[in-house]
Amino acid sequence: MRKHLTDLMLVGPAAILIVVFIFMPVAIVIVLAFTDYQFGASSANWIGIDNFSTLFGSKIGRKALSNTLIYAAIVIPCSVGFGLLVAIGLHNLSKTLPRISAILRTVYFLPVAATMVALAVSWQMLLHPSLGLINNWMSMFGLQPQRWLSDRDLVLYTLAVIGVWQSVGYNMVLFLAGLAAIPSTLYDAAEVDGAQSGWAKFWIVTWPMLGPTTMFVMIVTAATAFRIFETVAAMTGGGPAYASDTIVYALYREGFVYFKAGYASAITVVFFLALLLLTAIQMLIVERKVHYR
Amino acid sequence: MSAVTQSEVSGRISLEGVTKKFGEAEAIKNISLTLHKGEFVALLGASGCGKSTTLRLLAGLETATSGRVMLNGRDVTKEGPAARNIALMFQSYALYPHLTVAQNISMPLRLGRMSALQRLPGAGLLSNSVRGMQDAIAKRVLEVATTLRLEKLLQRKPSQLSGGQQQRVALARALVRDPSAFLLDEPLSNLDTQLRGDTRDELRALHRRTQYPFLLVTHDQSDALSMADRIAVMIDGQIAQLGTPKNIFETPANIAVATFIGNHRMNMVPPGEAELLHTAGGQCHVGVRPEDVRISPNGKLEAVVESIAFHGEETILRMKTQNNTTLRTMLRGTQSLPSQGQTVGLAVEQSAMHFFDRQGQRQKVPQ
Amino acid sequence: MKLSNIIVVGALAIGAAMVLLPFFWMISISLKPQGEIFTADLRILPQHPTLMNYWKAIVETDIPLYLLNGVIVTGSILVLQLVVTIPCAYALAHRDFMGRKLFFGAIVAALLVPFHVTAIPIFIGFAQLKILNTYTALILPFVSTAFGLFLLRQAYAQIPDEIIDAARVDGMSEMGIAWRIGFPLCMPTVIAFAIFSVTAHWNDLFWPLIATTDPDLATPPRGILFFRDQESGDDVGPLMAGAALITAPLIIGFLMAQKRFTQGLASTGLKG
Repeated sequence: MRKHLTDLMLVGPAAILIVVFIFMPVAIVIVLAFTDYQFGASSANWIGIDNFSTLFGSKIGRKALSNTLIYAAIVIPCSVGFGLLVAIGLHNLSKTLPRISAILRTVYFLPVAATMVALAVSWQMLLHPSLGLINNWMSMFGLQPQRWLSDRDLVLYTLAVIGVWQSVGYNMVLFLAGLAAIPSTLYDAAEVDGAQSGWAKFWIVTWPMLGPTTMFVMIVTAATAFRIFETVAAMTGGGPAYASDTIVYALYREGFVYFKAGYASAITVVFFLALLLLTAIQMLIVERKVHYR
Repeated sequence: MSAVTQSEVSGRISLEGVTKKFGEAEAIKNISLTLHKGEFVALLGASGCGKSTTLRLLAGLETATSGRVMLNGRDVTKEGPAARNIALMFQSYALYPHLTVAQNISMPLRLGRMSALQRLPGAGLLSNSVRGMQDAIAKRVLEVATTLRLEKLLQRKPSQLSGGQQQRVALARALVRDPSAFLLDEPLSNLDTQLRGDTRDELRALHRRTQYPFLLVTHDQSDALSMADRIAVMIDGQIAQLGTPKNIFETPANIAVATFIGNHRMNMVPPGEAELLHTAGGQCHVGVRPEDVRISPNGKLEAVVESIAFHGEETILRMKTQNNTTLRTMLRGTQSLPSQGQTVGLAVEQSAMHFFDRQGQRQKVPQ
Repeated sequence: MKLSNIIVVGALAIGAAMVLLPFFWMISISLKPQGEIFTADLRILPQHPTLMNYWKAIVETDIPLYLLNGVIVTGSILVLQLVVTIPCAYALAHRDFMGRKLFFGAIVAALLVPFHVTAIPIFIGFAQLKILNTYTALILPFVSTAFGLFLLRQAYAQIPDEIIDAARVDGMSEMGIAWRIGFPLCMPTVIAFAIFSVTAHWNDLFWPLIATTDPDLATPPRGILFFRDQESGDDVGPLMAGAALITAPLIIGFLMAQKRFTQGLASTGLKG
């Protein structure tokens, strides 16, 4: 009896909080997704999958989804690719010029630790149509100044570049850990087997050995990319004309600006399912990794 | 001389018909065992026989599924370790790595004597009574530490100590509280041969000085035989035999104990074949220690020599009888060794024979 | 060999300069007098550097309040997270209780749920309890941390059973073991988690944007947006100074304890 009381004291608070703040909300949001509930309303009606049809059927809804996918499609390969390049560069440099390598690593990681909203404000100034440094440089090189954040054909790509800027350092750290785990004897073996150039060694040893890390980094980057919110909220508000609207920003706008809780719940469910799909892919890959090792 | 000797020695602790199940598996089956004041008992058994569980039941770290645990006549079955005041020295010593030696040793006293409020840092500055308690604890820690030659190491962290020093800290932490019993879990298994002998002597001396009931849990029979007043041999969750070391070595109660005790495994000749050694062997197993098997042309029991292992002062022969019973004999000196593949006759003095019935229980056989 | 090294260093340095650009620009503008900001010929470095913008940001704006709110909110979240999580992590690792496996499975499942998914129901609940626009609303949803439970359970599981048993024999209570033995022994993990938690909640914009409308409760990111939206673009200098001020604590922390920061933030990958 006393043992149960002790267990309850140790585990109870955490268990209750997990249920109240994670599992119950997930259940409620799924239920709400099938209603037309509005914040503050006293009642709600079952409307079946209407919210989902609105999301996938309306121009605005589809825009948010496609924007998020385009954003992710740019950020994932660029961020992973640059992260890998930087990591390989720093890894090699750390043998010859360890201090410079350490300093550069610190610099690349800075955006991960920084407050994104504060840096977004700075990006806004950099990208300012008339006072921004970027356009200033563009005209110096004889290029046409751009309205980076207010041109509807450009804004999403601008955000994607910022997304890459923010996440390269994080991926670099993961890749550095992966590189450090490759036994140096493998490189010796490759050399004995005739791999002379660094290029050949990369394809024979580094790339296959980094395979699992690369997959993991890609999944993590994808999950982060799908959650894109801060830069949108701080810099564009989804505009102009929904050109930079994304899933999480749409969730926020529909739910907490327009108070359409039911519709926002449906967006949430779609967002959640997309992330679960990613996790499932990750698990499958981890499984495969175990097999070919 | 030390406070340890002067301290009041508590009475006895016992398990009464205790059974412990983990899920469906019975780790301990209906065990009864009493530790008396001033007694040194060894709990001897192979790993997985339930001896550690028995120790944890005594300490209060496990709760019995059925049966009772009694401490000085009081039923403590449902009480936790704190209420039992039993000292336990762990195999790995289990020192708190983040605390100094002094803090490690004083931990049981601080927890036992002071409330949570009084243990707060700085409480000693505010209250005289707390300071008094702290001083008393510090004094006691120094006493015990001095007894165990640790007084110069009090401010070190466990990672800065040698294995032997760590063990003495673990001993000090156990002794500092004036425990109602002292349980030792494999105290010698982490030590090298040299230190092992010294520690045996030290533990015996400690026991004589303090007179606490000691329970030594070990898988090593030489530890048990050399240190304990009484040995409980545990096999498969039960106490197979309880007695003095001499008693257990000379009159093992059953085949299991007989084959477990002794430097070399006792030979066991099954009923029937054993008739070649003794008339009672028609119905009984006959057990003979390898050192008591002689090679003799008059021996009726014949066996083929399978291997010869030379161990310096002694030589061990492994042989096989016609019925495929493996037998070992230990020969002193190197004179007249048979060669491999040779058939030899074996003889045994009747006084060296142990008789067991078909159920494996010891039988008395008239001369 | 030498040449290739120079190429590598050069390429990495160009990349690093690009990474640093927004930081650099933020600092540069924050040090420029107003006249230098709004001119046609932009200079990279301030010609007459001044701390005036920082003075303005600290004295004339609510930036100090936002910083204070940030400290209150992230500090409270971390303390409450530990208060709830430490005993539970200990029990999960070293005690056998009914439903332990189920509960651990639930924690792993909860790891898959991003906060965004739970925001709407929590908002509705808080609205009914009338605690929106309070510190409580900013703190409470984050006290339950599946990630913290998972991370700390793994750390507690590394503590040998014998040390836990020794503490029990010494007469320590279970809560005492969790805090006085487990907590110091798990310090590296606790620090990694603390860095993760503080960084995540100091930088968070999503929930403060939803749960509060009162500028007096704004956390740093929410506050800097309030500031920007009020100033209608004239006070860029102080705005940049403010932005620098709110990101400074984490950047300084990172520069001082790089290894721990990298560890703490790299473990977010687990959070999915």
